[in-house]
Amino acid sequence: MSYLTDLLKIFIASMVVNNIILMQFLGLCSYIGLTDNMSASIGMGYAVTFVTVLAAAVTWIIDHWILIPFNLQPFLEIVSFILVIGSLVGLVEIYLKKMSPNLYKAMGIYLPLIATNCLILGVTFVISMHRLDFIQALVEAIGTALGYFMAMLILAGIRERLRNSELPEFFQGKAIAYIVSGIAALAFMGFQGMIK
Amino acid sequence: MKDKLKIIWNGIVPSNPVLILAIGLCSVVAVTNFVKNALLMSFAFSFVLILSEVIVSSIRKWIPDEIRVPIFVVVIATFTTIAALLSHAYFPSVYDAIKLYILLVVVNCIIIGRAEAFAYKNGVFDSLLDGIGMSLGYSWVIITIAVIRELFGNGTIANIRVMPHIYQPALIMILPPAGFLVLGVLVGWLEWSLKKKKEAKK
Repeated sequence: MSYLTDLLKIFIASMVVNNIILMQFLGLCSYIGLTDNMSASIGMGYAVTFVTVLAAAVTWIIDHWILIPFNLQPFLEIVSFILVIGSLVGLVEIYLKKMSPNLYKAMGIYLPLIATNCLILGVTFVISMHRLDFIQALVEAIGTALGYFMAMLILAGIRERLRNSELPEFFQGKAIAYIVSGIAALAFMGFQGMIK
Repeated sequence: MKDKLKIIWNGIVPSNPVLILAIGLCSVVAVTNFVKNALLMSFAFSFVLILSEVIVSSIRKWIPDEIRVPIFVVVIATFTTIAALLSHAYFPSVYDAIKLYILLVVVNCIIIGRAEAFAYKNGVFDSLLDGIGMSLGYSWVIITIAVIRELFGNGTIANIRVMPHIYQPALIMILPPAGFLVLGVLVGWLEWSLKKKKEAKK
C-alpha cells in the first residue's frame, strides 16, 4: 500500500507541485513558440507525452544495466542519453509514418522538434538523479508530460484571449506571454507544500 | 578588421540569442535567482559554445551532410560533460544548486543552432569570434537579470550587501515566477526602445 501512495505522491509532485514548465522551466522553447496556436499545442502535447514515457523507460534500462554496473555514469551519461533519445525519436517517426499515417499527420511535424527538447532529457536526468526504480520512473515521466500538456493548454487558451485585448504594442507577442506565465507560475506556487 | 568586430557585435545585440531570437530560455529563467548561479551558468555555456563551434568548424569538411546533427550533438555533449565535471570539482555548492541546467546545456537550442547555422559554413577563426559574441550576448542578459532579481529579492549582489538594512527584501523576486516577469519586462523594454529608435530615424 505504501508503495502505491508513494507512486501517487510522485505523480502529483511531478505534475503540479514541480510542474516542469512553470516551476522548473524546462521545454520553454516550444512552450513560448507553439502556444500561439491551440491545435499545435495539443499536437505537441501528445507527441511529448508519448516520447517522454518511451525515453524514460529506455534510458532507465541503459542507466541501470549498462552505465552503473560498469561505472560509466559520470562521464558517459549525457552522451548516451542524448544519442538514445535522438535515435528513438527518429525510429518513432519512421514507425508512425508507416503504421498509422493519421497519427503521424497529427504529431509528425513536432517529433523532430522534440528530439532536442530539454524537457525529455531533463526528465531522464531527474530520474537518474533521484534514483527511482522502473515503475516510479514511468510514473514520474507520465506526470511530467501531463504537467507539460496542462501548462501548454493554459497558456494557449490565455493567448487566444489576449489576441482580442488591447495591449501596448511593444508588449504584444512574446513579452506578454512571459508575463502571463509568470503569473501562472505564481498561481502554481500555491501547490507548494501539498507534498511533504 | 571591421567585419570581424561585426561578427562579435552581432551576437551581443542585433541577434541576441535570448532577447531577440528567444531560444535557449530554460536556463535563463531558472538560474537567474542568484548572481553566482548565473556566473557559473555563463561560464559553462560559453565554454561549451565556443569550443564546440571551433571543433565543428574545423571538421566541417569531413562531416557528411546527412548525419551532421548527431555529430554536432556528440561534440556538444563531450564539452558539456567536461564543463559539468569541471564545475562539480571547483564550485561544488553552486553546482549542486543548478546541476540539472548545466547538464542540459547539451540540448540548448542556441548551441546546436549556431553549430548548424554558423560554424558548419564558416572558417575556424570566424566561428571562434561568433562563439565569443554569442556567449557575451547570453552572459550579459542572464547576469543582468540575476543582478536585478538578487538586488530586489535579497538586497545583495553576489552575496555582498548593497541595499541598506532597513530594506525589506521582496521575496517574490528570487522565487521562480519572477524569472518570467523580469524577462517579460526586459523584452518589452527592448522592443519599445527599438521602436523608438526606428521612429527617430524616420
